[in-house]
Amino acid sequence: MTLDRAKLADMYYRMWLIRHFEARARWLFQQDLVRGSTHTYTGEEAVAVGACAALNRDDYITSTHRGHGHCLAKGGDPRRMMAELLGKATGYCKGKGGSMHIADLDLGILGANGIVGGGIAIATGAAYSAKVRGTRQVVVCFFGDGAANQGVLLEAGNMAALWKLPVIYLCEENQYAEFSPSRPFFAVERLEQRALGLGMEGIPVDGNDVLAVYETVRQAVERARAGQGPSFIVAKTYRWEGHTVGDPLTYRPAGEAEQWKTPERDPIARFGKYLVEQAGFSPAELEEMNQRAEAEIEAAVLFAMESPEPAIATLWEDVYA
Amino acid sequence: MAIREISYRDAINEALREEMERDPTVCIFGEDVGRYGGPFQVTRGLYERFGEWRVRDTPISEEGFTGMAVGAAMTGLRPVVEIMYNDFVTLAMDQIINQAAKARYMFGGKARVPMVIRTQGGAGRGNAAQHSQSLEMWFVHIPGLIVIQPSTPYDAKGLLKSAIRNDNPVIFIEHKLLYITTGPVPEEEYLIPIGVADIKRAGDDVTIVATSRMVHFALQAAGELEKEGIQAEVIDPRTLKPLDIETIVRSVKKTGRLVVVNEGHLTGGFTAEVAARVQREAFDWLDAPIMQVATEDVPIPYNRQLEWEAMPSAADIIQAVKSVVYR
Repeated sequence: MTLDRAKLADMYYRMWLIRHFEARARWLFQQDLVRGSTHTYTGEEAVAVGACAALNRDDYITSTHRGHGHCLAKGGDPRRMMAELLGKATGYCKGKGGSMHIADLDLGILGANGIVGGGIAIATGAAYSAKVRGTRQVVVCFFGDGAANQGVLLEAGNMAALWKLPVIYLCEENQYAEFSPSRPFFAVERLEQRALGLGMEGIPVDGNDVLAVYETVRQAVERARAGQGPSFIVAKTYRWEGHTVGDPLTYRPAGEAEQWKTPERDPIARFGKYLVEQAGFSPAELEEMNQRAEAEIEAAVLFAMESPEPAIATLWEDVYA
Repeated sequence: MAIREISYRDAINEALREEMERDPTVCIFGEDVGRYGGPFQVTRGLYERFGEWRVRDTPISEEGFTGMAVGAAMTGLRPVVEIMYNDFVTLAMDQIINQAAKARYMFGGKARVPMVIRTQGGAGRGNAAQHSQSLEMWFVHIPGLIVIQPSTPYDAKGLLKSAIRNDNPVIFIEHKLLYITTGPVPEEEYLIPIGVADIKRAGDDVTIVATSRMVHFALQAAGELEKEGIQAEVIDPRTLKPLDIETIVRSVKKTGRLVVVNEGHLTGGFTAEVAARVQREAFDWLDAPIMQVATEDVPIPYNRQLEWEAMPSAADIIQAVKSVVYR
């Protein structure tokens, strides 16, 4: 594994960026400034950041309804994201998409997706396209344990394996599927066993260990670029918050979340400990990054608040190309 | 020199071949489209010419390969998907309705989804309820989609070429009973613009708007009506969305009478949509109620007589025309 100091710092910074973004998104939703529904990625930061650290700028990702973390990890601009959450003209989607539809095609972000599993076939098609066009691009397809039960995974995953497409199916097993625990919906013992039916090996990884995720995805990317086909990785993690902001969480055992928020399990604290003990970072440096990330998010909120509403005439724009 | 006549199937094949020669990003995905040449032999010879990456035989996974086309289209290809029977689009609807049709708008105009879904519909061949429907209106209802239904080889070729070059998702619905019909198609290249109707027969007494195979029924009816001195104008919109309402309204203002024919079901169908728009835009020119000729509100039955009874016929069109002309 070769991660230089700057790259490690960038990963740590991005994890805080996600955590602060979600905190503000939650707050803005509670203030009734964010409409519809908002799904936070808090507690899963190591998956998106570890995976995207293994990608190039022109590589693709497909994201989910819980997509803020993926977008920030791939380099998305928090100001344009926050503006989109507030429905402003300066948002990524000019205020037409909201939280669940943020995309930045220039960064290879093929969109968050309001349909559970909605990105799976799209990711597979992007990989097919990369192969036909003869680029060396790869695709990381993020989806959750809930989406693992959608039929499209079998259809698309089978085709990816048949034609050795450069796509990495990265299942974020956060243990919840919408408003229910996910476990009761799997007949297999371990989720990675699902990969066998697709003709792939299922690779489990500690989804709260950003370096483990990075290394696992890096190897999958290497295989994909070498023409060896797709991978199926299951990152074991935990959704700290509800399905949506405002979810009463009646289905979650009391005290469970707290066990995942300890310094031993919190992905940011774990990575921070590694950086201090094994990579020569000082606690002060880490704190400075945390504060800088928080300030960037505050600036994003301000930008969003001060941004104009879209003009009514834009209602009719961009229905057709 | 007389213009050569070729079949509807061959016209579509030529459109695909020409566009694939012209643009290396055009790819075909579908069941049996490669080695077998297509269930209706529409894609024959293309696999041999362009190879497996551009003419991809897929597993029976409609949602999977349609969704792949969406991802491929967003990243630089121009996929043409074949869905064997339009009835099977049910399996791919999320990809069409929630993904392909909406990506551009909901991503703020950044995405382009230049893809074509070729499929075929229609009854009359004893394929029964799950292989005979006319589902065009499902797509007409959705902003972001273009819907085309060609009735002749000439229109099929020119419109498919335009559809492939268009930057939006296009639903291109052929008719299973038109594949072997023939018509004039010039050797030289041509395109037919999307969204432009064609007057298939001129007349002053009544306007008949008909789509797909119903155009031929309407022309047959018009031929019969002429013997009674009724001159019917037959308009084929060719593109159902966007609809060339101007051409239809212009005709209605001339004839004062309108019969709309479509093979989809009557309720909530294309005939109702055209009727609503024409009464809105040409109410004062109408001399009679607008008549709708459509498939009965029943699943398509297998038995020959029952199937014919369910579908519109030339006789139904003649009857509808007479009811507005001899009012």
